[in-house]
Amino acid sequence: MTLEISRAFVDAILEQSRAEYPDECCGVILGPIGSDKALRHKPMVNSAHSPTFYEFDPKDLLSLYREIDDSDEEIVVIYHSHTETEAYPSRTDISYAGEPGAHYVLVSTRKEIAPATEFRSYRIIDGAVTEEPVVILN
Amino acid sequence: MSIEVRIPTILRPYTKDQKNVEAAGATLADVITDLDSQYAGLGERLLENGALRRFINIYVNDEDVRFLGGLQAPIKDGDSITILPAVAGG
Repeated sequence: MTLEISRAFVDAILEQSRAEYPDECCGVILGPIGSDKALRHKPMVNSAHSPTFYEFDPKDLLSLYREIDDSDEEIVVIYHSHTETEAYPSRTDISYAGEPGAHYVLVSTRKEIAPATEFRSYRIIDGAVTEEPVVILN
Repeated sequence: MSIEVRIPTILRPYTKDQKNVEAAGATLADVITDLDSQYAGLGERLLENGALRRFINIYVNDEDVRFLGGLQAPIKDGDSITILPAVAGG
């Protein structure tokens, strides 16, 4: 599997991660059901407001699912930022990963690599993490 | 008495890939017991040590059950229950 994503979304996610620093930021990119196309970016509020944890607010989560049901979309990408560590799924990321069909994107803006950033994508299925290539479309 | 329950993708292996199933019960706890009797193993994915799992969200109509009394939330005919795994991590 490969994640194809437009440059504008990559830039917007990295910008969100810097804006919400030191907290983790999070969000989704939606696409038509079955298309695997990341077309509609929707930043979400990290209701945990934490540098080490993120969670979509349960009310926002329900609204999101109702919205995509009505629009025949699905969650293509679920992303969040790691503020001080590598862009690799943590143990908690793996244990709570509940969308086997989604690309789990992690970004990192940790100081060690600044001004460079990391933007990586994974499948997380039944506790198994598989990194996949990211193709950025200009 | 019939209640519609919305099953998230990750739990559909328990419901033979059905997205919507029907259940009965006067409280959420009863509904979960009924679901587990129809779809073995599903109850354990919703409960841990007899309480709702922290990272599973359950809604009755549009309300989070945590604000309706949790497992004791009253359920009535025609209600719609939605189960969604939290989107969360570290």
